Amino acid sequence: MLAIVDYDAGNLRSVQRACQHVGISDAEITADPDRVRVADKVIFPGVGSSESAVVTLQARGLDDALTEYYHSGKPLLGICLGSQIVLDHSEEGDKDCLGLLAGRVKRFQLADASLKVPHIGWNSVDIVRDHPVLRNIKSGDEFYFVHSYFVEPADEATVYGRTNYGGEFCSMLGRNNLFTTQFHLEKSGRLGLGILDAFKEWDGTPPC
Amino acid sequence: MLSKRIIACLDVRDGNLAKSIKFVETKDIGDPVAKAREYYEDGLDELVFYDITASSDKRNIMLDVVESVAKQVFIPFSVGGGIRSVEDANKLLWAGAEKINVNSAAVQRPDLIDECSHAVGAQNVVLSVDIAQVDVSDLVPSGYEVVINGGRTPTGRDAIAWVVEGEQRGAGELVVNSIDADGTREGYELKLTRMVAESVGIPVIASGGAGEPEHLYDVLTEGKADAALVASMVHYGDYTVSSLKRWLSNKGIKVRLKY
Repeated sequence: MLAIVDYDAGNLRSVQRACQHVGISDAEITADPDRVRVADKVIFPGVGSSESAVVTLQARGLDDALTEYYHSGKPLLGICLGSQIVLDHSEEGDKDCLGLLAGRVKRFQLADASLKVPHIGWNSVDIVRDHPVLRNIKSGDEFYFVHSYFVEPADEATVYGRTNYGGEFCSMLGRNNLFTTQFHLEKSGRLGLGILDAFKEWDGTPPC
Repeated sequence: MLSKRIIACLDVRDGNLAKSIKFVETKDIGDPVAKAREYYEDGLDELVFYDITASSDKRNIMLDVVESVAKQVFIPFSVGGGIRSVEDANKLLWAGAEKINVNSAAVQRPDLIDECSHAVGAQNVVLSVDIAQVDVSDLVPSGYEVVINGGRTPTGRDAIAWVVEGEQRGAGELVVNSIDADGTREGYELKLTRMVAESVGIPVIASGGAGEPEHLYDVLTEGKADAALVASMVHYGDYTVSSLKRWLSNKGIKVRLKY
């Protein structure tokens, strides 16, 4: 069973529909920490504020469940807000997050006043290093972004993709059995679905 | 670098593509789901559906359309028309829309923007504004007035003041629809679009008047729009989405070409 973690952050049904489209028939939206623990695969999606998201995760006991799941070595995919909350800390509400991966979440501070925040729309991703979930896409492919904050991991070796918006930021992140995208792969057409399709086949073994 | 977006607009009445846009009368072409899918496969970046269903007892038909589109089309799409409450907005988002689009109801009751933004997030709330050019006055210093009910009813509100207020109230994007340019196919209202784009910090989607690829180029450069809304020029089959994007790309506009 694939668990889509429900913490009242965004439209989880779009993620579920995308899963069904690539042939993941057992994708289940759940707020139950025990379902997360027993899942074979987990998607941690989300839009909105990390401040309220972390509060909801803790209230439901999902923070511990996600941490335990991560340490089990099974594949974990974070999307958008889910890619931010896995780090140590977010500037948004000055909030401590899950800390699965060392780093911080920062707000865009753009010198170019013509660039708008949130960063909304299709932007290209440069692949920094190979990963099994990226086998269907190429450097320069475009994906759909909606966010005002971005991730800044402490370890450069965890950066898998970069995107330019008034400067470069990390748009794909990975460590061990965890992989995340800042963009909404479920709303990024065939190429976004291609990442999900590759995730379906991935057993969580990191690339060597 | 962020790409400029091409967004197609589909008017839906009682679950069918509205006759007002004069589609060729074949069975498939009258189906909004099939049309959405065709554009998606041809590289469209985003869709907007306006529900122009008149009777409220047929509103649920739109939810079925949204459900069907969401199962087949994996790009963002917004839905507008008849949203008067957070409850209306939530129904559409749950059915699969990415964003909701408010227009006349927000002018009549501006708190609707705040309520929706708070409930579903600013990034999911699009404010559409129908605008007509008028004489400059104390009431309308910009010379552009907000109109509602499809352009039939003037409101006495200044358009620039209203879009700034809309942003402050929590709209995440703006659709600027020129009533004067709408349907002319002679080009977007560049001056208006640029005035709005320079007044707000959220993305601006230009609407009304697109007939030729040059019109899109002009509004994405001179008009400073982040996205261009197209309707009849693709609905009639004069242009395809992919041909428009290739044309813009050749002119140096960054658009998404691989999909």
